[in-house]
Amino acid sequence: MTAMAPVEPTAETTSALVEVKDLKVHFPITKGILFDRVIGHVKAVDGVSFSIRQGQTYGLVGESGCGKSTLGRALLHLTPPTAGSVHFAGVDLTSLTREQLRAQRKRMQMIFQDPMSSLDPRQNVESILSEGLKAHGIGADRDERRELISKTLDEVGLPRWALSRYPHEFSGGQRQRIGIARALVLSPDLIVADEPVSALDVSIQAQVINLLDELQTSLNLTYLVIAHDLAVVRHISDVVGVMYLGALVEEAQSDDLYRKPLHPYTKALMSAVPVPDPVVEETRQRILLTGDLPSPANPPSGCRFRTRCPWAQERCAQERPELRLIDGHKVACHFAEDLADVH
Amino acid sequence: MTLLDVQDLSVMFTQRGREDVRAVDGVSFDVSAGEVVGLVGESGCGKSVTSLALMGLLPEKGVKVSGRADFDGTNLLGVDQRTMRDLRGRELGMIFQDPLSSLNPVVAIGKQVTEVLARHRGLSGDAAAKEAEHLLDRVGIPDPRRRLKEYPHQLSGGMRQRALIAMAVACRPRLLIADEPTTALDVTIQAQILELLKELVHQDGTALIMITHDLGVVAGLCDRINVLYAGRVVESAARRPLFAEPTHPYTRGLLGSIPRLDSVRGEPLNPIPGSVRDLLPWVEGCAFAPRCERVIEACVEAPPALIGGSHQYRCVNPVLGRSAGPEHLLEQE
Repeated sequence: MTAMAPVEPTAETTSALVEVKDLKVHFPITKGILFDRVIGHVKAVDGVSFSIRQGQTYGLVGESGCGKSTLGRALLHLTPPTAGSVHFAGVDLTSLTREQLRAQRKRMQMIFQDPMSSLDPRQNVESILSEGLKAHGIGADRDERRELISKTLDEVGLPRWALSRYPHEFSGGQRQRIGIARALVLSPDLIVADEPVSALDVSIQAQVINLLDELQTSLNLTYLVIAHDLAVVRHISDVVGVMYLGALVEEAQSDDLYRKPLHPYTKALMSAVPVPDPVVEETRQRILLTGDLPSPANPPSGCRFRTRCPWAQERCAQERPELRLIDGHKVACHFAEDLADVH
Repeated sequence: MTLLDVQDLSVMFTQRGREDVRAVDGVSFDVSAGEVVGLVGESGCGKSVTSLALMGLLPEKGVKVSGRADFDGTNLLGVDQRTMRDLRGRELGMIFQDPLSSLNPVVAIGKQVTEVLARHRGLSGDAAAKEAEHLLDRVGIPDPRRRLKEYPHQLSGGMRQRALIAMAVACRPRLLIADEPTTALDVTIQAQILELLKELVHQDGTALIMITHDLGVVAGLCDRINVLYAGRVVESAARRPLFAEPTHPYTRGLLGSIPRLDSVRGEPLNPIPGSVRDLLPWVEGCAFAPRCERVIEACVEAPPALIGGSHQYRCVNPVLGRSAGPEHLLEQE
C-alpha cells in the first residue's frame, strides 16, 4: 500500500499546533473459539496527514463509516494509532509515557455528540466540571475550583445556579453547553468536537455554533470539528478536509472547497446537500452516486472511491491516487484537472 | 381532487394524576393525488403524532383523538380496527425514520415484503416472490432475488430504507406518509431516496405527506408546506411563497438559523433564543411568544388564529413583505 506523501512543512504549516503525519488506525478482525486468530483488519484510518494552525478551525467531513471519529480519537490518543505520528505543540504524542500523555491531555479536550449520554445523570454540574480539575490538580480547594467553574459557566452562557443542578434538568442546548464547559474549564488549547450539534434542533444548533465561534475568538482556541453536515462544517471551519473510507480525498480553504470542489466525491457530496431554497433546488444539477460505501475491511484496489465514481477509469483501479496540490486544493484524484469544470 | 382532508385534528395524552398534554392542537390540512405536502417542525411540535393518528397507530389507552380526517369519504379517525387494517397497506402506506427498528430482524426481507402482498392482494408462492422481486427492483435494490433471502442486518442503511419503501408501495397505496425517511441516512443516500420518492409520486400519482425537520428537504420536494410549532400549524403556504415571504417569526427564525452551503461565510447565524417549553401554552396566548423578538401585548392575551388566504399564518404581529433572502427568489416567481 502506498502511503500518502507527508505534507511538506511550508510557511503555511510552520505555526501548526497539531501536525498529523501518515496516521493509521487498523482494528483487527478476529475469529476463533478458544484462541483468537486475526483474519484481517478494518482500516478505519489509513494514512492521513494534515495540520491545524493555532487559532484556526479544521473541519473534517465525511459520511458514516469514513473514519472521521476514529481519526479524532486517534489524534488525542484515546484510540492508540497503529502507525504514524501526531505532533501537538511540537511534542510527539506517540513518544510520551502514559503519565506524560495524561499531563498533555489537559491542553486537548473533547466535546461529544450526544450531551445526554456523555454526562453522568447522577452527578450535578459542579461535580461534572470539577472532575477534570481534580484529576489535573488545578485549584487548591473546593472554593477555588468553584470560582473557576463559575467563570466557565459564564463563558458558555449558563446561570450560576446551574452548579447544583443535574443534567436532566436542562434542555438539549443547555446540556451541550455543559459539555462545552467541561472541556473549557481546563483552559485547553485544542478542542476536538465530534458532531457537536447534530443531536440538537435546528434553532438550537445555531446557538451552539455561535457560542463555539465566540469562544474561539475570546480564548484563542483551536478546533478540530468532526461532522457529517457539510453546511455546518463550512460555516465554522477555516480549512475543510473531506474523508472517504479512511483517507482524505480533498482538503481546501472552506470557501474554495464550496466554490470549486475538485474531487468527484466532494462534488457529489456538495450536490447532495439540500439547500432551503426552492429556486436553487429546482435548478441545480445533482450528481447521484450509485451504491453504498464499500467495507473498510476490504477496500477497493487503487482509488477507494472508484466503485461509486461516475468518471472512474482503468487507471483508478490500479493506482491509489495521492494528495496533490491543484489550485490551492489538495486533491487525491488522477483526473482532478480534467474534471475541474465538470459539475 | 382532495384525497385526504384533515380538519381540526387534536391529540391529547392523558395520565392519571397529571395534567393532560396536548400534542396536536387543531391541525388542518389537505392532500390531493400526486401532491406532496410537508409537515415541518422541530422535535415536540407534533408532526409525528399527527401521522400516527392518521394511520390509527396511537394506543387507545390514555390518548384522546378528536377532529376529522376524510380519506376519500371515510373518516380515518372514526373507523374500527378491522377497517383500518384493511386500509393500511392497501390504501395508506407509511415509511418510518429508522429502517432497522421498523423491520423484523429475524425474518428475511422477502418474507416481510410478501406478507403485505398476501394480506392485501392475495398473492402467494411464486407469484408473490416474483412481485416482491419486481418491487425491490423498482426501488433500486440491485440483485433483488438474492436480497429477498437476506435479513435486515445484512443490508446497508440505504438498502433497508429502500426495502421499507418497497413494502409501503407494494399495493400502490393512494396515500403515502413518510416520517423523517432520510434523517438516519447519509446525504448521498438521502439524495437517492428523495429522488425515488419523487419518482413514485410522479409516476403513480401517489399523494405524499412528508414529515421532516429539514427545510432543505422540503424546499426540493414539497408542493405545499405546513410549519408546526407546539402542536399547531403556525404557517401554511405553497413552497415558493413560503421561502420567499416567510411571514411567521418562527418560520423566519428557522430559515435564519440554518447555515447554508451557498451563503456568504463569516456572518454569525441568527438563532432563535430559548427552547420549546414542555407544556403547551397556547391557552394563554401564542406559544412562540417567549422566544419571539416581535412579541407585543396582543400576543399573550389570546392565542392567535390562523389567518390569510392561500398563504396562512398564525400571528398578530407578522413579518409582512419579502424576505431579506437571495434576490433571485423574488425575480423568478
